[in-house]
Amino acid sequence: MFDWLTAHKIPLGSTMADFVDFLTTRFQVVFDVISVVLETGIEGLTDGLLAVPPLLLIALVAAGAWFLHRSIGLVVFILAGLLLVTNLGFWDQTVMTLAQVLVATVICVLIGVPVGIAAAHHPRFYAALRPVLDLMQTVPTFVYLIPTLILFGLGVVPGVISTVIFSIPAPIRLTHLGVSSVPTQLYEAGKAFGATRRQLLYKVELPYALPTIMAGITQCIMLALSMVVIAALVGADGLGKPVVRALNTVNIAMGFEAGLAIVILAIVLDRVCKSPETKRKGR
Amino acid sequence: MSLSIERGQICVLMGLSGSGKSTILRAINRLNEVARGEVLVEHKGQAVDVASCSEAVLRDVRINTVSMVFQQFGLLPWRTVRENAGFGLEMRGVPAAERTRIVDEKLAMVGLTAWADKYAHELSGGMQQRVGLARAFATDADILLMDEPFSALDPLIRDKLQDELLDLQKRIQKTIVFVSHDLDEALKLGNKIAIMEGGRIVQEGTAEDILLRPANAYVAEFVKHMNPLNVLRGNAVMRPTESLKRDGDCVLLDKAGEVKVSVDPSDRPVGVTLNGRVGTLGKADEETGRIETDCDVIVAPVDLKLKAAIELKRRTNHPILLVDNLGRLAGLCDDDEIYRGLLHRAGN
Repeated sequence: MFDWLTAHKIPLGSTMADFVDFLTTRFQVVFDVISVVLETGIEGLTDGLLAVPPLLLIALVAAGAWFLHRSIGLVVFILAGLLLVTNLGFWDQTVMTLAQVLVATVICVLIGVPVGIAAAHHPRFYAALRPVLDLMQTVPTFVYLIPTLILFGLGVVPGVISTVIFSIPAPIRLTHLGVSSVPTQLYEAGKAFGATRRQLLYKVELPYALPTIMAGITQCIMLALSMVVIAALVGADGLGKPVVRALNTVNIAMGFEAGLAIVILAIVLDRVCKSPETKRKGR
Repeated sequence: MSLSIERGQICVLMGLSGSGKSTILRAINRLNEVARGEVLVEHKGQAVDVASCSEAVLRDVRINTVSMVFQQFGLLPWRTVRENAGFGLEMRGVPAAERTRIVDEKLAMVGLTAWADKYAHELSGGMQQRVGLARAFATDADILLMDEPFSALDPLIRDKLQDELLDLQKRIQKTIVFVSHDLDEALKLGNKIAIMEGGRIVQEGTAEDILLRPANAYVAEFVKHMNPLNVLRGNAVMRPTESLKRDGDCVLLDKAGEVKVSVDPSDRPVGVTLNGRVGTLGKADEETGRIETDCDVIVAPVDLKLKAAIELKRRTNHPILLVDNLGRLAGLCDDDEIYRGLLHRAGN
């Protein structure tokens, strides 16, 4: 009986492989276009940021943080952290990683927020979407790294695509949460004074959900950052590269330094982005 | 059920939770869809059936004709008081400058001028509901829907806002549909009260109708413990003039005919004789029921509150003469009438 069970293997894996094959042969053009657009975008952003002298860019980031938060502590941390990264020789890689994270986050927000709104308006759509989101976050990243690698080729693009797959559930879920938790009476107040559906969305739902959506975006940035090492495995430049290289050569020094740079970048991004949710109190 | 509400009336829909009062209210601006029947609203001089009109007409009705005040205020917490109050005008597309002008006027009306730039959540409950009122008034809609607007407030604040609403209503003369589960509130505010049970109106009428002539056991149970002192007025309990004994141009106040009030040809009381002695008539103030000078027989307006009548009755052994707004004798109010009123029994 057991032999029979194992002898007739269900061809799940090979079906999937065939499907990816089918995609590559039939829709190669589509993937090539996406690939070129993304690559140009990321490289453009990286080159743009690298064209600015490091010290000037660090000063600008610190000034921006001051403008947003008015916190001396944060400014000091940003200056010290980013100068340390530069001192360790990881400035270029940090900028590359930053560019990838930003591009991935922008894609996540552009897709995730509207999808989250639609999910909040259509509970059935959300019911169908939920298992997909669970899947995107639980399937090991390496598993979908392989098909993205085949579809988009080596380099930064499959890294960013995998990052988007991994982190987009956060903005979708939190946008859904924010929009669907708008109190009924605020809806009714909007409707009673003659708001159209568009006005309800822009004047009631989105302002109410904004802190939650911002939390989703911050989370999305953090998730994207956690993917840098994995993105480096398929050839994306940035802070992940030295980590992978250190792992392959058992280089403790390099691994520690690169790891530290990632942590500093993570803290800086987190603290800079976190403002809107903590600032708005008194709900 | 069928209910019609006249222009300028305050109609209170009153009932326990689940009696359908909010459902009826929300049918008027279609926050609740109407399955069967008509909801006719006068919109720009025409009768519009809100239950079946198009989305565009519905929106126009909501923007221009019907506005609403909510139990939990329904204010947008990220907006200032001024921005909240201007919400309806914003939906109508009124330019910002004009909006501010109108809103500031309405905020002054509800006494919130100093708070215009605060955020809604920084205000106390009573003040938040004033913002809700200002928002509803700002669109200058003819019809105001109020869904238990004061239920979430402290009793003292509630009482104050009720007084203010009555005061405002004297000036603005809106048609107000008010939902309440509090009979005291209903009797205080309503020109017309509709008592609901299980989705039906079991009785509609004035506060006095409800108190003195409950339509069924349910309403009677409701009003059993009501305090009639501030609700009932002289005309509801008095012994009318027609039933009084007359002697020539005199009206006899007691059986023996010892107290006679002489009236002029149009029935205005002009003098009084007690056992042949000429007595004095004293006029009581309409609002407070106070009387300035000592007198033998008191003359008071016919819509004197029962509470004021008791106050006056302590000053005299004789019945109070109730006169209408032209000064003509309308009826008498003696101890017996007061007791009947207190026991919720109709006169006669």
